[in-house]
Amino acid sequence: MAGGETTLAVEGLKTHFFTKAGVVKAVDGVSFEVAKGEIMGLVGESGSGKTVTGFSIIGLVDPPGRVVEGRVIHDGRDLVGLDDEQMRSLRGNRIAMIFQDPMMTLNPVLRIETQMVEAVLAHNAVPAEQARDAARDALGQVGIPSPDERLRAYPHQFSGGMRQRVAIAIALLNRPSLIIADEPTTALDVTIQGQILYEAQKLCRETGASMIWITHDLAVVAGIADRISVMYAGRIVEQGTTADIIDQPAHPYTRGLIGSVPSRNTRGDRLFQIPGMTPSLLNLAPGCAFRERCSVADDACLAEPEPSRPLPGRVLRCHHPVLDTAQ
Amino acid sequence: MTVFIIRRLLQSAVVVAVMSLLVFVGVNVVGDPVDMLINPEADQAEIERVIRDLGLDRPLHEQYGYFVVNALQGDLGDSFIFGQPALQLIIERMPATFELAIAALLLAVVLGIPLGVLAGLRPDAGWSRTIMAGSILGFSLPSFWVGIMMIMLFAVMLGWLPSTGRGDTVPVLGVEVSFLTRDGLSHLLLPAINLSLFKLSLVIRLARAGTREVIHQDYIKFARAKGLSETRVVLVHLLKNIMIPVVTVLGLEFGGLVAFSVVTESVFAWPGMGKLIIDSLHELDRPVVVAYLMIVVLMFVIINLVVDIVYSILDPRVRLQDTKA
Amino acid sequence: MTVQAEQRPGSGLEAEPRPDDVSVETPFRRFVSDFLESRIATAALAVFAVIAFIALFAPWIAPTDPYDLAQVSVLDSHMPPGSTAFDGRVFVLGTDGAGRDLLSAIFYGLRISLGVGVMSGIIAMAIGSVVGLAAAYFGGRVDTVIMRIVDIQLSFPSILVALVLLAVLGKGVDKILIALITVQWAYYARTVRASALVERSKEYIDAATCLALGHRRILFRHLLPNCLPPLIVVVTVQTAHAIALEATLSFLGIGLPITEPSLGLLIANGFEYMLSMKYWISVYPGVALLITIVSINLVGDQLRDILNPRLQK
Repeated sequence: MAGGETTLAVEGLKTHFFTKAGVVKAVDGVSFEVAKGEIMGLVGESGSGKTVTGFSIIGLVDPPGRVVEGRVIHDGRDLVGLDDEQMRSLRGNRIAMIFQDPMMTLNPVLRIETQMVEAVLAHNAVPAEQARDAARDALGQVGIPSPDERLRAYPHQFSGGMRQRVAIAIALLNRPSLIIADEPTTALDVTIQGQILYEAQKLCRETGASMIWITHDLAVVAGIADRISVMYAGRIVEQGTTADIIDQPAHPYTRGLIGSVPSRNTRGDRLFQIPGMTPSLLNLAPGCAFRERCSVADDACLAEPEPSRPLPGRVLRCHHPVLDTAQ
Repeated sequence: MTVFIIRRLLQSAVVVAVMSLLVFVGVNVVGDPVDMLINPEADQAEIERVIRDLGLDRPLHEQYGYFVVNALQGDLGDSFIFGQPALQLIIERMPATFELAIAALLLAVVLGIPLGVLAGLRPDAGWSRTIMAGSILGFSLPSFWVGIMMIMLFAVMLGWLPSTGRGDTVPVLGVEVSFLTRDGLSHLLLPAINLSLFKLSLVIRLARAGTREVIHQDYIKFARAKGLSETRVVLVHLLKNIMIPVVTVLGLEFGGLVAFSVVTESVFAWPGMGKLIIDSLHELDRPVVVAYLMIVVLMFVIINLVVDIVYSILDPRVRLQDTKA
Repeated sequence: MTVQAEQRPGSGLEAEPRPDDVSVETPFRRFVSDFLESRIATAALAVFAVIAFIALFAPWIAPTDPYDLAQVSVLDSHMPPGSTAFDGRVFVLGTDGAGRDLLSAIFYGLRISLGVGVMSGIIAMAIGSVVGLAAAYFGGRVDTVIMRIVDIQLSFPSILVALVLLAVLGKGVDKILIALITVQWAYYARTVRASALVERSKEYIDAATCLALGHRRILFRHLLPNCLPPLIVVVTVQTAHAIALEATLSFLGIGLPITEPSLGLLIANGFEYMLSMKYWISVYPGVALLITIVSINLVGDQLRDILNPRLQK
């Protein structure tokens, strides 16, 4: 996958929230690239800044937050600093987003048709009839039976999985080059999760769109992503191909994450737990944010670890990475 | 469902019955209409004839019995003052009151929703605070005093608008209305604003609270993520969601407007049924007081009944939406 | 056993809002400091204190007794604010149609308006609290009947309820008190019942029941103190409402008799002079009424903010 065109390059992105209590550095120097047609998994606990990263890319960070530094290069253009109208014309058009909870993302009082047609008309000067056809086709594409009929329905007449399909169909409407999927399967039943995962992956391949798959669930992302970035406390602590990250995690945090996933081998054993809790991002002390919970931390960790590239395709932010063996 | 409706119907009937008893018995204990209705120079025979004509010589429970039987036939007695059937007097004045109440309701919606949404979108802006301060005033100010101040300012000092009466009316479907003539509209304006102030404050608060809640919903963010313009997000996605609770509440508030028009009509001498009841209270015109109270109570019972039934029909879907939205 | 029984209510006796707070002073202090955080509310409280002071001591601080015929002269009637009477007194806010000093009349009016409003509020609160507590505590049929009555009454606007009662009862101070109490009690009953239901399900009530404490003791020493926070908010809102309603009814001539000239009556008296531009007779009593109501409402708003657990983060 290396060597392809780059759809998105995020460089040194910092998004801070200026609250009364102080500055919350939700995203603090995040860099990554997504190649054309690639699916990148962005993994982290809740509060690690992964969702804010997604919203920063499409320019929907709510006050008191704002992007304070960094660049977001999409198809060769820096999105940071675009005006509202330029940003609007990209959203839902070149960059689409799918949200976590399908119960909440569709407006309960508007018909599916309205919500789909408006997404087409927001970016294309076409007759409403044509927009409706596009909507119906998109519904069919994501596997919704009798799309003509379903267009007339309201969201509450759909199940959770169906709604997420509708949300995916909306995201696909304008053939975006990048889809940001923010935990799109978390709120769904496990069986539905699998279907949606499969569907999303298939559609990405078919349309050639790149995808950022945000999740807290390593198991999910392992099955879909080409590459994985692991976020912790507003920073990417480890980045690499899915196989590398899963088989040879180098950062103590990533190792902890993988150790805490139950599997057949761990049956009967006590599951590994990362001690402590996610640090508050409010007035975070300098240095490695993970050191309080880290088993190998020492005085060196009081200093900020710089990103290093110890292996090809691998980025790490750690003073004490485990590089040689698999766990 | 049927059981529920029957039970609610029975309950409503009980309320009306209790009210009728309370109102009738109570009103008939107050004051003595004989003293004020009969010419002081009339002789004893004349006085007795009038008492007999009005049925005031009978025992109270008998009077109530007649009252109920007659009321069921639409006869609530004749006014002591006007000599006309009380019900007719009230029905004659009903259009004026309803016109005023509807105008006030419209004003509250047309002004209140945009103001509330604006205040909800930018809660920290100066004008939002001004709007909210205004709505606190609207809740606090006694409406009769605001009415007086409006008369002083717009009628006495500036001379822009008339202060009393209904102005010219034209018949629409057999009902006289003011709002279609220039003169009538100018007469309607001040009382309608006066009556609407309280509801306006209410609508502003509801719309603001709704906006504050809805604006943080995922579907608003999703709408933005679709690349919709801010105008469409607010006017379609947001507004449609906050309209439902606001309109529901307002439907319930219509009865309140009719009841509170008593105050506004008295201040602006608006010839509706509210002014009639106050005048009748002063003049101890018992049949009119009883008829007014019965009609308004009945109106409320019906409004509440309908709302309850409609709610219970909508309930599953409403609940469904609540958990999902 | 008896020792325990005495210890347990001990924590509730101090009328703390929260029994689980160990310290006695902290909640109250935090409450005060939370309240003073809002400058507007603090100012409103100060204004209300001044109004309450005026109302309490009107006979001693008013320049004249407006209802002492020896001190009032018709020659002084309709004088605009700042006028000097023939005997050299200055009418700061002018005089009314009978030559009474308006400032003094307002002081006396405040006394009546506030007195009626507060008194009706206290009685309504007492009745409503007892009824609400009973509904929550006994539940079942008692609860159903009480709450049905409350619901039905609250479905009618207050002015209509007052109209019915006044039509039935006639005029008089006692009548208007009854009307105002009737209008208010249901709000107290509903509020107290709602919070008592929440409290009742908590363990300390079970504990008290297990200790075989009497109904009355559990109700008033355990449940009631914990219903106080919402009750305080309702008191402020309802008192403001009662004052406004009394003024409205008195203005309409169906409230207080003319022997008890509340602010509403003063405004009504001034209304007839409005058209001849003698605005002050209506305006100043109205301003006094307005300041009273707004200050109470602002205090109530702040109380709601700090006492509402849902808003506490």
